[in-house]
Amino acid sequence: MNLSVKAMTSSSGAWKAGELVSDQFPAGLRVLVVDDDPTCLMILEKMLRTCHYEVTKCNRAETALSLLRENKSGFDIVISDVHMPDMDGFKLLEHIGLEMDLPVIMMSADDGKNVVMKGVTHGACDYLIKPVRIEALKNIWQHVVRKRKNEWKDIEQSGSAEEGDRQQKQSADEADYSSSANEGNWKNSKKRRDEEEDAEEREDTSTLKKPRVVWSVELHQQFVAAVNQLGIDKAVPKKILELMNVPGLTRENVASHLQKYRLYLRRLSGVSQHQGNLSNSFISTQDTTFGSISSLNGIDLQTLAGQIPAQNLATLQAAALGRSAAKTGVPMSVVDQRNLFSFENPRLRFGDGQQQHMSSNKPMNLLHGIPTNMEPKQLANLHHSTQSLGGLNIRVNATTPQSNPLLMQMAQSQPRGPILSENSASHVPRLPTSMAPTITGGISNGVLGRNGIADVSRGTAYNPIPQTSPMLSFPGNQSTEISVNSFPLGSTPGISSMTSKGSFQDEVTSGMKGSSGFIPSYDIFNDLQQQKSNDWGLQNVGLTYDASQHVSPLQGNIDVSPSVLVHQSFPSTQQAGQNRDATSIGKAMYSLGEGMEQRNLQNIGQNLDTLLADNSVRVKTERVPDTSSQTNLFTEHYGQEDLMSALLKQQQEGMGPAESEFDFDGYSMDNIPV
Amino acid sequence: MERGQPRRQVAAMKQSLFDQGYLDEQFIQLEELSDDANPNFVEEIVILYYRDSSRLVSSIEQTLERSPLDFNKLESLLHQFKGSSSSIGAKKVKAECTLLGEYCRAGNAEGCTRSFQQLKKEYSVLRKKLEAYFQLARQAGPAESACRPK
Repeated sequence: MNLSVKAMTSSSGAWKAGELVSDQFPAGLRVLVVDDDPTCLMILEKMLRTCHYEVTKCNRAETALSLLRENKSGFDIVISDVHMPDMDGFKLLEHIGLEMDLPVIMMSADDGKNVVMKGVTHGACDYLIKPVRIEALKNIWQHVVRKRKNEWKDIEQSGSAEEGDRQQKQSADEADYSSSANEGNWKNSKKRRDEEEDAEEREDTSTLKKPRVVWSVELHQQFVAAVNQLGIDKAVPKKILELMNVPGLTRENVASHLQKYRLYLRRLSGVSQHQGNLSNSFISTQDTTFGSISSLNGIDLQTLAGQIPAQNLATLQAAALGRSAAKTGVPMSVVDQRNLFSFENPRLRFGDGQQQHMSSNKPMNLLHGIPTNMEPKQLANLHHSTQSLGGLNIRVNATTPQSNPLLMQMAQSQPRGPILSENSASHVPRLPTSMAPTITGGISNGVLGRNGIADVSRGTAYNPIPQTSPMLSFPGNQSTEISVNSFPLGSTPGISSMTSKGSFQDEVTSGMKGSSGFIPSYDIFNDLQQQKSNDWGLQNVGLTYDASQHVSPLQGNIDVSPSVLVHQSFPSTQQAGQNRDATSIGKAMYSLGEGMEQRNLQNIGQNLDTLLADNSVRVKTERVPDTSSQTNLFTEHYGQEDLMSALLKQQQEGMGPAESEFDFDGYSMDNIPV
Repeated sequence: MERGQPRRQVAAMKQSLFDQGYLDEQFIQLEELSDDANPNFVEEIVILYYRDSSRLVSSIEQTLERSPLDFNKLESLLHQFKGSSSSIGAKKVKAECTLLGEYCRAGNAEGCTRSFQQLKKEYSVLRKKLEAYFQLARQAGPAESACRPK
């Protein structure tokens, strides 16, 4: 730990679990404060100085990021405002979490549950409500210690009693009483950690001292490549570590990064973009496909969200597709559509895949879950709209088997290339809900698959590609290692419909809901997509991976896809408000999907469990806020599997792990076109 | 002692600011931050606040003048303004911000405009009062440690 303890030479070097660095600690803690309000910034700086911390302040997120990048181990903790003009605080949070793995505290004058929840789900280790009091700042060091401790825990597992570690962790967690949003966090992480530990072998790391690992872009890419190669469900830290073969990297480094990655993926699928920025988040110009995926989704969602007034399905669909005017957009010419779908990444080819998707085991399977109802076209429309489309006409009702054209359309309108298609795919899932159940599950699945894959292929740091790449930068970025194709989610429309239905309802206007239940979900996605970015990709990826792994064998169990879908669609939801809802829904879906998976796919690795657990937890919390409407939606539509309903219920109740309860109430899946 | 009178006046003035609801606990927090390095910390902060927030106030004004009213933009500006105001403990200003925020969320342009007028009023009143307070405090000599209002 690079604590620069002032004046005192202390054994600050080793951060062993349970050991504090020195008597001086926490004095000298290096804090980076980011806030665009100069008054608050000055006050915070003064307060932190009074706590004997070393403070660096900046008023722009970009500045903060570059500061952090330049000096990777120069800070111990970051405090950031949520609302900043140049970059959303949550996005910054993600970047930091992924790239530097530093604890981040969010703050805002907004104490709405949704926003706080968002902080939790994005990985903030705490959330402070402004005006910030010095008492709240005095304890921030505990986050640093906790993080270190958790990392150390992995190292020490072999020798020390597992229980002992757990105790430590528990006590550390309990000790965290600083404010608000932390509870869920530690519970989650603890649960996750437990699961991970259980599942994985104990590895004895020879060195006790654990230097902080900086996850550079290259390293992260290697990581993602390894994860993709293994398959998200089989991606256990040990194997990832072996695959990566990076000297000096420890299993626990990988484990904690994997955790974050999963969170990220989840978030991606569920996060919606800011309204109007469909492309922003999704399309991360960077190599990360995550961005693209998310952007795609986000776009769709956004479009959907914004567009979908409480009208009839058709309108909704149109909106979803990206019609800004919520009119049934103009179907893009097929040719255009094709272009859209010409991803660089052959795997991601929607057009081809789409059609076959339904029946084949193309990667699109992922979409199954969500967009069951969506036709490829609609999917395309979705993408389209998200992208900025105005004209996508989501002809949801137009049951056109031509999924591709739809997608094409969508892709087409967006000048982006393949990504669009990818995005559309992902979007599609979202659409399905809104759109009539005509959407072929296959397509949606495909889309989802793509999205997921896109994310995966991102590989690199999850940089949300702001508005550039048309769709989730699927193709571009990285190696689309994600074997999209491998998501045999198959066309289990049932499942897909499930996901699409319930999840994204946030914004869905009443009209949407009515239509098939799916529509709303798209809205949700939009909301969720507020954050642009990588989240999307990541989320999908994570999900898809799981799904793909398991789905194939279980054709009918598109557990994964639903969850995947769900997440994907979230991002696209529109405004902040909606986003929140959407996110929760998406998350709920997510959990559902995962839950289902678990149920059906017994062989799902711990990852899923972890994910599920995480999701469940997450979903829960998210759902707590006003997603009641959405929740209902879910339940209505998700009668498919007990798992799903169980998950849903859990979420609604805000309860615990979904894995254990898969008893659906038998929601009628009327709307799920199989 | 010679400082007795002015000191008491300062204390009394501060007390009345709290009693009348102009300031809240946060102001005390700021006062407690004053130390040898920054003996006039609170005053510096207040000056910074008024300088920065005046920009926000005029932005809000401009937004309100446009038609149709961009509620989202208004809400965003308002959020910033509220955060700033609450940081210095400007209680009444903060309350007016909340009120204005409600009108904004309700999409009530007329209500927003009216509420904003009220907000501006509170904002200027507080400024004058704080200016008077700081002036008196400076005259009274180095500040003692912050004393909480009764």
